[in-house]
Amino acid sequence: MNEQYHDHSHPAQRMRVSLFVTCLADLFRPSVAFASIKLLEQADCEVTVPLQQTCCGQPAYSSGDYDATVPLAQQVIGLLEAADYVVVPSGSCAGMICHHYPKILQGEWRDRALKLAAKTFELTAFLNDIAHIEPQHKKPSSTLSVTYHDSCAGLREMHIKEQPRQLLRQLCGIEVNELEKSEVCCGFGGTFCAKMPEISGKMVNDKLDNALATGAKVLTGGDLGCLLNIAGRAQRQGEEIEVRHIAELLSGDLDTPPIGEGP
Amino acid sequence: MEQRRDTFIDNASAALKNLKQAERRDIIASFAPQIRAAAIDSFEGFGDLRSHVKKIRQHSLDNLDYYLSQFEKEAVHNGNQVHFARDGEELNSVVLDICQQHDARRVAKGKSIVTEETGLNSFLQSAGLSVMETDVGEYIVQQAGEKPSHIVTPVLHKSADEIRELFQEKHDLGPRDLHNTSDLVVEACNVLREHFLQAEVGIIGANALIAENGYCMLVTNEGNGDLCANLPKVLIVCTTIDRVLPRAEDATAMSRLLARSATGQPQSCYTSFYSGPRREGELDGPLETHFVLLDNERSNTLASNYREILECIRCGACLNHCPIYTSVGGHAYDSVYPGPMGSVLTPLLTSLEQSHLLPNACTSCGLCEEVCPADIPLPDLLRDLRHDESTKKLSAPRWRYGLKLHSWLARHPSTYQALTAISIGILYRLGRKRGGFSKLPFGSGWTSQREFPAPQEGTFMKLYKAEIKQNNGR
Ligand code: SF4
Repeated sequence: MNEQYHDHSHPAQRMRVSLFVTCLADLFRPSVAFASIKLLEQADCEVTVPLQQTCCGQPAYSSGDYDATVPLAQQVIGLLEAADYVVVPSGSCAGMICHHYPKILQGEWRDRALKLAAKTFELTAFLNDIAHIEPQHKKPSSTLSVTYHDSCAGLREMHIKEQPRQLLRQLCGIEVNELEKSEVCCGFGGTFCAKMPEISGKMVNDKLDNALATGAKVLTGGDLGCLLNIAGRAQRQGEEIEVRHIAELLSGDLDTPPIGEGP
Repeated sequence: MEQRRDTFIDNASAALKNLKQAERRDIIASFAPQIRAAAIDSFEGFGDLRSHVKKIRQHSLDNLDYYLSQFEKEAVHNGNQVHFARDGEELNSVVLDICQQHDARRVAKGKSIVTEETGLNSFLQSAGLSVMETDVGEYIVQQAGEKPSHIVTPVLHKSADEIRELFQEKHDLGPRDLHNTSDLVVEACNVLREHFLQAEVGIIGANALIAENGYCMLVTNEGNGDLCANLPKVLIVCTTIDRVLPRAEDATAMSRLLARSATGQPQSCYTSFYSGPRREGELDGPLETHFVLLDNERSNTLASNYREILECIRCGACLNHCPIYTSVGGHAYDSVYPGPMGSVLTPLLTSLEQSHLLPNACTSCGLCEEVCPADIPLPDLLRDLRHDESTKKLSAPRWRYGLKLHSWLARHPSTYQALTAISIGILYRLGRKRGGFSKLPFGSGWTSQREFPAPQEGTFMKLYKAEIKQNNGR
């Protein structure tokens, strides 16, 4: 086993999963990646984290710089293709790998991209649909009031809708308190939020208002980009809603301060 | 299409500050998707019909020259005259020529986005003709001296109060009760009736040209198109070459998608087919009819990577569902075609140089593609336009170089990880007390609207590698 493997137990027929951490979790919220590892291990997977990973290339790609994206896509494919499964704690990075790499690559690289796409999953989809994670012990129903933001790429590219809700129910005893217009974009959109800040500000404000209207104490979701956006707006407005990534909630990590709240 | 400067961001900013209109837009943003969803949920075959029509549209565009010449032949056979116009100017002058041949002074127009595209009204007016829009929405926009803000409902931006005020000012009808919205509609109809009767030329658009019989199809909710088409002695149908479909049944299949997607109706109130001039023994209908078919970059678009946008059936669903369109309204786009379909089409009809900001007015949320009855991958087309923008170096240099630098770093993991570990360490120390930043160098776009949440202590890679080291050392 090389140093990339973070494995503590017997490897008998367990699913070999490579975690693609995502650059946002790497830089701003490592707790998301640690929580993901914990959940995958709880689902009896053998987790590896390729150490050479950086970013999936979305910033350049969505800005239309395909030339800069291609080598990054190839790098990611090279790092991940040996695994049985690739798991990504982000709908949009998973969508990038599954749907957009094949669009910008040709020939042999395209075939490799398609093969990788077939075994790449967003975290909650993997835990719920593939690994069938079981609660460690029966969770009593929780009184924690939680609302869920469906990130656009997760929802429309990776079809993530029921999985996080089902997992919250099953692992944490939490029923999601649905927010109105939960399928409308929060205004993040990668570089969009910096290129067209005023429009993005209006969109995230609408999202925050809808979240606050639920009365939920916690807003969660599967994409850090959206969550940083919503948390930042809540902070600016002085609103007291806690924003956490779904992996943190599912793994029971509530000690880490929510996004944007100091220790 | 008129020359345009790309002022989207300033326009959007002004629109966001107009709180009254913003409130109206919010209501529409809730209402329009609901009525569409209700119409589509109650219609089981929508998905199948969508794929069926998609195939037909693709087939028609693949064989556009064939179907256009078939249409022309059949239309001429029915007694129509068919003209092709390379660009807006040509369309305008063809129309003016026809009007002048008949010494026409008054023109009654049905709703036609294509003639908005070519600026026909002002062209005819400057030649001394009086042009009256007869679609109530278009009429209001015309009276107010504005432009349509939506391709289906042009007057979406105006409240009933504003329209009431406008009518009081423009219609010299003395004191009267305009309290109810229906009073406004009745008044508009009465005023317009006169114009139908006086006009010598009627101009309408078309939703489809039918190759097999040379007919065109027009769907409206007010029936004004029929009056424009039948009362004046000359009828001119203005549309674009990409509207042609092989068979009549293809046009009706399309209309079933169109009405549900546009207004949530199973079928619009009027679906009319026009064949040609009045025949011997017939009592009504125009004496002379023309088709003016505009290209204006459609053939170039057909030959480009953007050809799918020609499959658009102009239902407006992508506008109604786009969170950016509903945030800023149609006028911000400064184009006849706003919203997602417009952000694709406008750069193709004008130039990317003039409108490269529009393809950036997109978060790639994918909702437009999801609702589009023509199944057009709008976010992909918009991204491809951003690709052209980047290749042509039209985007701001700080973005271009910034992204290049980021990609370069991301391809050099050791450097990337070392640099990010240092910068995140600094950000953490600066931000840990307050939890976030209200200002950041190079981050003003983000921080103008929201705090920048402080990172946790150390990057994942740094922490994880330390953990591995510790485990190995054990
Ligand atoms: S692009 Fe699609 S949704 Fe938008 S107007 Fe055209 S047909 Fe309708």
